[in-house]
Amino acid sequence: MKEEIIIAGFGGQGVLSMGKILAYSAIMQDMEVTWMPSYGPEMRGGTANVCVIISDKKIGSPIVTKYDTAIVLNQQSLDKFENAVKPGGLLIYDPSGITREPVRKDIRICRIDAITYAAELGNAKVYNMVVLGAFLKIHPIVKSGNVKKGLEKSIPARYGNLIELNSSAILKGMENVETVNEI
Amino acid sequence: MAEKVLMKGNEAIAISAIRNGVDGYFGYPITPQSEVMETLMKEKPWETTGMVVLQAESEVSSINMVYGGASCGKKVMTSSSSPGVSLMCEGISYMAGAELPCVIVDVMRGGPGLGTIQPSQGDYNQIVKGGGHGDDHNIVIAPASAQDMYDFVDWGFELAFKYRNPVVILADGVIGQMMEKVEMHPMKPRMTDEEIREKAPWATTGKPSWRNYNIITSLSLDSDIQEEFNRKLHAKYALIEENEVKYSEYMTEDAEYLFTAFGCSSRICEAAVDILRSEGIRAGLLRPITLFPFPHKEIKRLAARMKSMMSIELNFGQMAEDVRLAVEGQCPVGFYGRQGGNIFTPEEVVAEFKKFNNIQ
Amino acid sequence: MNIEDIKKPENIVYRKPALLTDNIMHYCPGCSHGTVHKLIAEVIDEMGIQDKTIGISPVGCSVFAYNYIDIDWQEAAHGRAPALATATKRLCPDKYVFTYQGDGDLASIGTAEIIHACSRGENIVVIFINNGIYGMTGGQMAPTTLLGMKTSTTPYGRDAKLNGFPIKITEMLAELDGTAYITRQSVHTAPAARKAKNAIRKAFEYSSKGIGLSFVEIVATCNSGWKLSPVEANRWMEEHMFEKYPPGDIKDILK
Repeated sequence: MKEEIIIAGFGGQGVLSMGKILAYSAIMQDMEVTWMPSYGPEMRGGTANVCVIISDKKIGSPIVTKYDTAIVLNQQSLDKFENAVKPGGLLIYDPSGITREPVRKDIRICRIDAITYAAELGNAKVYNMVVLGAFLKIHPIVKSGNVKKGLEKSIPARYGNLIELNSSAILKGMENVETVNEI
Repeated sequence: MAEKVLMKGNEAIAISAIRNGVDGYFGYPITPQSEVMETLMKEKPWETTGMVVLQAESEVSSINMVYGGASCGKKVMTSSSSPGVSLMCEGISYMAGAELPCVIVDVMRGGPGLGTIQPSQGDYNQIVKGGGHGDDHNIVIAPASAQDMYDFVDWGFELAFKYRNPVVILADGVIGQMMEKVEMHPMKPRMTDEEIREKAPWATTGKPSWRNYNIITSLSLDSDIQEEFNRKLHAKYALIEENEVKYSEYMTEDAEYLFTAFGCSSRICEAAVDILRSEGIRAGLLRPITLFPFPHKEIKRLAARMKSMMSIELNFGQMAEDVRLAVEGQCPVGFYGRQGGNIFTPEEVVAEFKKFNNIQ
Repeated sequence: MNIEDIKKPENIVYRKPALLTDNIMHYCPGCSHGTVHKLIAEVIDEMGIQDKTIGISPVGCSVFAYNYIDIDWQEAAHGRAPALATATKRLCPDKYVFTYQGDGDLASIGTAEIIHACSRGENIVVIFINNGIYGMTGGQMAPTTLLGMKTSTTPYGRDAKLNGFPIKITEMLAELDGTAYITRQSVHTAPAARKAKNAIRKAFEYSSKGIGLSFVEIVATCNSGWKLSPVEANRWMEEHMFEKYPPGDIKDILK
């Protein structure tokens, strides 16, 4: 099993930490991971992206150009990564982040209105966890028990009270992800 | 069982320093390695192990703080990235001349000048061929994962004290910024004053009545004395070349084609080898883990049975020159690289491999 | 009284300090370095801290200071001594750590290091020898060279338009919150040398109190570089150097 995922959006949307929680969850399931961010000035208010690779074997290259899954949270990221999804792969997007719908027919396309659901939970910061939930519903590569452990590892102890909130956000994403294109 | 933690290569350096009994870290912020000092400051090791962490006013000052700390027989280190390491080269040369142990982490970025902040391997020549003026060598070790970053701190100090020589961990932006699983080994305590006196009898620990005073210096002014010292240094380098070469091989047993690559490039080449193997092409990879000492003998041995070799680097072929010297003309040696902070993909490496070898 | 009587221990009134080595000094006759070395050796001996003291020598004439005082020494790159001292003191807080630097080393190439060591309040001693010239490299202009003063790189005298102004670095450092004791002394007469010794002792004592950096400037002569006899050099220093660099305490936070 090897899953190559690109997560992309604006800085501040929690792209990097979503990748980190996903990667940590996979470690809790005894898998190998790499988490490779774009870094530097382009992160400040511009686009941020992180490539997470999860595998049951040692990972060679952390740099890839084609992905099993692309999670795109703004228009620039959709433009950049829609065509980078492998045929038969998965694209997840947030409809409120884009002005043009994805057009590929050879991949599964799902949408999650994460801003709305995060608002329902009363904390815009769990936006990224709603998106993560949507992904894990479609590709349950990590068991939910391990996701909880991954959250515990990623969130500093003094914010321990946020683990429950994040877990409900993940659940919210799982419940509400919609498939808009089946292959 | 060792604890498994997800961390960046840069964070692994910092955590490893604390857990392996390092006495002091002196640094100056520069992308892409600032997480090293940030992590140390957050962890506050001065409250637990007593490790000193200090943000200096410049890289010039931080390497000279390392000089001062190393003179006391302490395990001291710094980290920086290419432009900062250029500023440190004076201090590195003085430490080579004063035979001081230390670990310097260089998380390379694109150059020359201010360049870019993205990954590069453009400083291979600068670090492997010397690092500062004078006829000297750093011991250079090249990590390819966050686990390597963690493990090489302790290994680096072991080599540094064994040979009284600066050790450079030559990493790049990929290895520094990427998060991976790191297994943390049990903690090692810092050296006691007693152990320092035993391990580093040359150190400036304060002159007691029973010994002559110790001087740490790189100055002699007398050509004959200096030449004798240079010979002594080079005898030491020969010993290092004899004892400390480290490399890894991937799919070389039956290989007809060999890649050579270090650091993050070796990871990408591993994936390229997998692609070529899936097409029935018998490719393999040799990754030098020590860049000085360089695995000349091993490359020469493998070259004897290769149709061709190719060095893959994030520069314009700096290590390729050393590979060609090692191959001694036994087979053609090609090169492919990207520069400026760009990184090749495995597919790109495969395409260039086929071009070089006229394989359709 | 014959010579043998004079040499009897009970008749000795003055001897070489115990911590000065037998190495023959390379300094020119009349140079101030030898006197300052002697004062430091006496202070370390009198305080009984030979085994606790680490000296850091500079690049310049006093690069070989490590040959003359019987303590552990580190020889720094040009201007970097305060960085070495910073790490040494922080890693070995029970030690007495001092740097010995000339004006080229401290006030030119090493300005960043001294300013930031002072600013951080490192608990070290800095001995700063200011003779207004680069001695070792053959008498070039130093940052502290007076206006009008002739050196091998200001053969017609230092001209502010061409060469800038002399820098009063000691007064600058006194402005920094991390400094505890800042003084300017000289060693050209016996009383002056006695005062300088007291200042050096105070600096060493302060450095163990954890109150910040202590800095002793010694306005000094370089009769070779100045191309004067030792006696003329002393006179010239009093008449010209003291005007720009007046001796006396500049800062003492315990007073």
